[in-house]
This record gives sequence, C-alpha cells and structure tokens, in this order.
Amino acid sequence: MNRTLLAAVAAAATLGAAAAHAEITIGVTLGATGPGASLGIHYKNAFQLMPKTLGGEPVKYVILEDGSDATNAGKNARKLITEDRVDAIMGSNGVPSSLQIAQVAFETKTPYVCLTPISLPPEKYHWTFVVPQPTELMMGAVAEHMKANGVKTVGFIGFSDGWGDLMYKATTHHAAAYGYKVVTDERYARADTSVTGQILKILAAKPDAVVVGGSGTGGALPHVALVERGYKGRIYHNHGTVNAEFIKVGGKAVEGAIAPTGPLIVPEELPANYPTKKVSLDFTKRYEEAFGAGRRNAFGGYSYDGVLILDAAVPAALKKAKPGTPEFRAALRDALEGVKNVVGSHGVYNMTATNHNGQDERARVLVRVENGVWRLLK
Amino acid sequence: MTAEIVAWLAQDGITNGAIYALLALALLLVFTVTRVIFVPQGEFIAYAALSLALMESGRVPGTIYILLAGGALAAAMETARAVRERALARLPRILALYVVLPAAVAGAVWWAVPRNLAQWVQILLVLAMVVPLGPIMYRVAYQPLASASVLVLFIVSMAVHYVLMGLSLVFFGGEGLRSRPFSEGQFQLGVLNVSAQSLWVVAASLVLIAALWFLFERTIYGKALRATAVNRVGARLVGIPTNLMGQLSFLLAAFIGAVSGILISPITTLYYDTGFIIGLKGFVGAILGGMVSYPLAAVGALAVGLLESFASFWASAYKESIVFTLIIPVLVWLSLRSHHVEEEEEK
Repeated sequence: MNRTLLAAVAAAATLGAAAAHAEITIGVTLGATGPGASLGIHYKNAFQLMPKTLGGEPVKYVILEDGSDATNAGKNARKLITEDRVDAIMGSNGVPSSLQIAQVAFETKTPYVCLTPISLPPEKYHWTFVVPQPTELMMGAVAEHMKANGVKTVGFIGFSDGWGDLMYKATTHHAAAYGYKVVTDERYARADTSVTGQILKILAAKPDAVVVGGSGTGGALPHVALVERGYKGRIYHNHGTVNAEFIKVGGKAVEGAIAPTGPLIVPEELPANYPTKKVSLDFTKRYEEAFGAGRRNAFGGYSYDGVLILDAAVPAALKKAKPGTPEFRAALRDALEGVKNVVGSHGVYNMTATNHNGQDERARVLVRVENGVWRLLK
Repeated sequence: MTAEIVAWLAQDGITNGAIYALLALALLLVFTVTRVIFVPQGEFIAYAALSLALMESGRVPGTIYILLAGGALAAAMETARAVRERALARLPRILALYVVLPAAVAGAVWWAVPRNLAQWVQILLVLAMVVPLGPIMYRVAYQPLASASVLVLFIVSMAVHYVLMGLSLVFFGGEGLRSRPFSEGQFQLGVLNVSAQSLWVVAASLVLIAALWFLFERTIYGKALRATAVNRVGARLVGIPTNLMGQLSFLLAAFIGAVSGILISPITTLYYDTGFIIGLKGFVGAILGGMVSYPLAAVGALAVGLLESFASFWASAYKESIVFTLIIPVLVWLSLRSHHVEEEEEK
C-alpha cells in the first residue's frame, strides 16, 4: 500500500516536472516607479490581462521592477536570464533602459521584445524586436498633415532627454521630403516649472507650426505656455503624449492639439473594416474595465502586442526545441523574424530579417483634442 | 534679444525666484535651528499641490493616511517615552496632538471632498493636512538623533525624502496634476501681460517673508528659535526647549513648503517627484547666501530664478547644468574666504 502511494507520488512528481519543463517563461523588467512611472504603470497593468498560454503552452511571466533606471533594467535582464532562465525578455519603459536590455540580450543570445522605440546598430538588432511604431513612422503622419496645411516652418520643443532627441530626429527626418524647415530645437525637463524662455525663443522665430517632443502630462506645459502667449499656429504632439491626463492638466488650452497614435486610442471611431478594429476595441475595453474608464493608453497596448507577437512565434519554435534551452531561444528568435500578419492592438506586424518592427501605415492614426477628449482626425 | 523679451524673462524669473526664496528661507531656518539639511522640503510642495488638485477633482488625497499613520507613530514614540519617564500625565496631550488632531483633519477632508467646497476652504484643508506632517516628521525621524552630526542628519533626510517620494507615487500616481488658478485675471503692464496668479505668488512670498521677519524680531518664539540657531547648548541652558524649537522650525518649513506648492500648482504641472528639484533650487539659493543670512539667501534664490529663466532662453538644453554649476564657484569662493571652523560636536 505504502509502496503504491510512493510510486504514485513519484509518478505525479515526474509528470509535474515534465509539465513544468514545457512551461514557457517570459522575463519582464519595467519601471512602475521612478521618473518613468507614469508610463511604466500602464505597461505593467497590461500583464494582468495577458493570455495564460503562448502557442498553446502554459506561460509564466516573471515581472521585475527597475525603477525606470537603466542600470537596474540591465541588471534585471541579466538576473532574469541567468536565474529564471527565461525564454524571452520584455521591457522596459524608457529608451536608455531598453538600450541596456538590448545589450544584455545580445550578449546572452536571448530574444528581446522591446517595448520602447529604440535605434540600434544593425548587428545588435539580431536578438531585438521592437513593438512600438518607429518614431519616423509616427511623425510621418504629422509631416503629411503639416504639408497638407501649408506649413513651411516648424518650431520644435522637446524633453532634454533621449525621448526629446528621438522626436527631434524624427521631425527633421521628414523635413526635406515634406517641404518644411525646423527652425528651433528648444529643450525642457518634465519637472520644469516654467518654459517661458524657450517659448519666447520659438515665438521670435515665428514658425507656422510647433512640434512638442514631450510625453504624457509633460507635453502640456509648453502647449499651455504657447497658447497663453497668444501663439495661433497649430501645435502637434507625438504618440507619447496621448492620454486623458494630458487633457486634464492642459484644460481648455490644449483644445485642438494634434498627435499621431496607435489605433487603440480611438477604436470606437475606426471604420468597421479597419484591420485592427476588433483587437484594439477588445483590448481597450478590457483595460478600462480592469483599471477604470478613461485610462486607455498606448503603453499597455505595447506590452499586449509584444505578447501577441511571441504567441504567434512560439508554435514554430516548439517544433524545434523545448522551452528553457538555448536551442529554444534561438528557434524562438528565428520564428519571431518570420511572424506574418499578427494583428495587434496597435497595428499589423510583419517581421522580416531586416525589419524587426514590421509595422506600416495601418499602425498610426492622427487624433485631435475636441471638447476635452482625443477624437480621430478624419 | 529685445527689451520686451528681457522683460518677459525677468517676470518669469522673479515669479520662480519668489518661490525659491521662500524655500531657501525654510531650508536655512531648519538648518540653523536643527543642523538638518532638509532634503524633504520639496515633498511638502508636491504633497500640497497634488492634494489640492486631487480634492478639486473630487478625490480624497492619500495625504490623510500619511498624516494618520505618521501621527500614530509619533504618538507611540511619545507614549513609550512618557511610560519610561513615568510621566503618564502627558498622555492626554500626546493623544490630542498626534491622534485626535490628525483624525479630525482626516474626517474634515473626508466630509469636504464630495461637497466640492469653495477653493479657499480646500486650501485651508490642504494646509491642515500637510503642515502637521512637519512636526510629526521631526518627532519620528530627527528628534531621536537631534545631537548627531550634520552628516548623519543629512542621511536621515535622504531616507525621509525617499520614503515620502515613494508614498507620493503610491497616493498621487505617476502623471502630473494641475489645480485651478485663484483668479484667471490678466492685465497689461507696459508690453507685459501679467497673470494675476504670478502676482499672487510674488505677493504671498513678500507677505511670508515679512511675517518671518516679524516672528524672529518681535515674538518670544522667534527669539527662542534664533537663540537655538546661534547656540543649541546655550539655548538649552537658559531654559529654551530645543526639541520644541526643532518642531517649530519644521512646522514653519512645512507651512512654507505647502504654501509654495499651493501657489505654483495652478501655473505649472507638478509630479509626485517635482518637489525635490524645486527644493534643490531653493537650496542653491540658500548656498549662494552662504547658508547663514536670510536676506542673502532670498537674494540668492531670486538670482537662481532669473538665471534659470535667461538660461532657458539662451541654451535650454543646458539650463539645469548652468543653474547647478553656479554652486561650484560660489562654494570655492566661500571656502577661500571663510576661516575654517571644524564642525562642533555637541556631546
């Protein structure tokens, strides 16, 4: 009797071990505290809504906190890979953090699903796949709109950090093709209490339109200051700025602000045949049910799309190797490079060997603040 | 650069400088009385501004929980001391000060928030929530170490700063907030379009500075504070309760911080962690004043505001570097000029 029980326990343990072995582990590092907290909280929230399986296999998400600090993000990545033996890594909510993780992923040969737009030397992209739309793609929509409205000169004001640099680069990138000139490169910090100096300089340059390279509520300060000083031109923002808090902080002054964003911000208004309509609507609905009405944002969608891309790649990788092995990680990387027509909340992903983002114009819409809400600009 | 731009930048610099001046005074007051380099000064700004913005949007600010918990902690420490010293007669006073008072404030906030009362009532409630945090903070974190070295007290300050900033993120969230302006008015002054809010800032700063002067020159508590600042041991010997003076200086610092926060929250977006940078600029102002003189500190803070404003026009990307680099030549000059006095250890 005792022996049978023992055998049963042993059998169960073996089975359990076997089952655990097939489990896929995804390591995540995010900063829901520190200076990037306003974005990191949303990125992290989304993991409560994630599917419990990837490619049909059970999945475990190991989520670590990096306090929006690049060094911590790098350490977390190393810890996840060496101690938790994750099959892929995801994160983080700041460009400097993501650069650190990309380096670790490259060294340890781990597939990395990056959740911020970054730019890397080509060879470093081997293990890195970027979920968010490239800033050039997003600001391309702004450039188009400026051209259609006869904008010839553009004033730029952005954060004095990596995000501000990315936005400035993206804005100047399109200048020649769309026939405008960027006349100022002013910078401010999120915590600044005043941008009067920068705004005066922009006003002195008399640009037809202004592009603000801030994010979240941080984008409101220059916009409000421009309006208070009587600036009459259009003011454009970027996809980092689109959330409800921006409007709450900016109030009446930000009425008419235009920004590019992923379709999941305005899923209700998308035409019925829009490719991402169903996924965008479903994710936004679930997110707001879980975290409160009006809490929709782009960042949770990036986490979600990252998992959808992994979900699409896992079956092909499972055919080649078992999770938890270096072979599986290599197979997963190859599979990620081959995912086609993955419909996410932000857009449709078609990866290739040379394009590790794979999004196109379907991943961007322009929105405008009308009567205190972001509405699709038609 | 036209005269008009200079006038605009000067106006902006003076508005910010007025806030920095208030903070510089508070930092200086706390430092001279308790030898604490008061890093958490900025937290009062954030707590007051964000609490006000939350109350305006009809939510109960988490500040009341911090107040209740901090009060309970201070009460426990005081009670332990009273029991140890067999002075149980103190208990009712301890309870009234650290438990009943915070609970009453919390109750008032709970009651007031859904009723959406007038702005001045909400401002009073915010002051009632934030200002007691000062003395409670002193009681809990600093008083047990009151005679430690400046360095130890500074490290305690850093710890308190991180604790409060973390709590701030928990209770106010990561996104920035703004509160309604006291008045939407704007009026013309030459080429300038002066907003009524920035006049509020400057006027309130002047009134507070005058009030502080009155306190120090004309009242017994102010004189006791000055005595403690000049010589802590001497003050104790002539019967000045130095712990009470510590609490009083923290009370004033918290009040000044809260008022600053309330004043600037309509003109800028404040985040859970903004207070630190604002406080740091006040600190630079205090250092420009040599950390000893109130008028010099105020002038120094005003200079920081003006420099910041002009730097943001000329080289916005390097603004912070320019402002904080200013400390280096000033410190070099101060250290060359002052005869070296070893820090006195009061044991």
